[in-house]
Amino acid sequence: MSVITIERKVLEKNDQVAAENRELLRKHGIFTINVVSSPGAGKTSILERTLEHLKGRLPVAVIEGDVQTDIDARRVAKYNVPAVQIVTAGGCHLEANLVRDALRNIELSGIRLLVIENVGNLVCPSNYDLGEALKVVVASTTEGDDKPLKYPAMFRNSSVLIINKIDLVPYVNCKLETLRNNALRINPALTVFETSCTTGAGIPAWCAWLEQQSNKSGSAPSKR
Amino acid sequence: MHELSIAQSIVDIVLQHLPPSDGLHVSKVRLTLGAMAGVVPDSLEFCFGAITQGTQLEGAVLEIEHLPLTARCADCGHEGEIEPTLFACPSCGGNRLTILTGREMQVRDIEVDEPKGVT
Repeated sequence: MSVITIERKVLEKNDQVAAENRELLRKHGIFTINVVSSPGAGKTSILERTLEHLKGRLPVAVIEGDVQTDIDARRVAKYNVPAVQIVTAGGCHLEANLVRDALRNIELSGIRLLVIENVGNLVCPSNYDLGEALKVVVASTTEGDDKPLKYPAMFRNSSVLIINKIDLVPYVNCKLETLRNNALRINPALTVFETSCTTGAGIPAWCAWLEQQSNKSGSAPSKR
Repeated sequence: MHELSIAQSIVDIVLQHLPPSDGLHVSKVRLTLGAMAGVVPDSLEFCFGAITQGTQLEGAVLEIEHLPLTARCADCGHEGEIEPTLFACPSCGGNRLTILTGREMQVRDIEVDEPKGVT
């Protein structure tokens, strides 16, 4: 019997591909967000509202991750933005190589913002770097205010929290204050937005932030 | 359920490091796993057992060394284990914490049996 020392990160290969993705996107001056949430929190609805708001202001591309169907890509395609659907066929999260393949099908020149909508899941996607600038976690009021405490890794690894469905607060057992405080307890550095895709509340503030971040990324692109 | 994908990554890394001689069999894989790595050990072991069938890792034991979630508090300087669901310094209650351990997921080493009948 002999022992062979390995000392390698299990997700090393994913991290390498993610670094390549990040470099490619940086070269094009593209600001990339990886949007995560549980299923039904409103990722696609927020994306639709965002595309509506940013139309004519910021060139956006979208990568949609789903376990099955291209329903989301079709919803997004209505806004005339480049959109690629990744169907994971059972897989519970996106991995960097799937994003790399999707990027080959997008004309990146001129794009300023790339939105990657991950598979609805608050556990697995937190482990997989895709090459994004930052993760945006969406928590909706209908899920209750204790989600950050139950899924700390996801809230810890995200830079932005969008609290969605704020119009439903009067009808559900969720205190906005508690949800916000629970999230900030796990991650005090979170930037928090509160939105409703039904009323449109909070969407302008979220989009203004996106525009600001995208312009920052795009202001120093390397020469192509 | 990303444990299957994690198990596959572990097997890939092990096979990459296995010397290219015939008949080698891996009897043990040692893994370091942080408390906040987001992996369910039972599920990982099950997946590992399933995907190693018919490979040089068939029957190998997956030995997991668990690392607790530890952090340093920016407010009081305390360093130590923290409760993942509380995320507060056990000393002063502050939450400006820098994680020290708990995110790890690493293949440490493997034990390899020489081919049978060759001495």
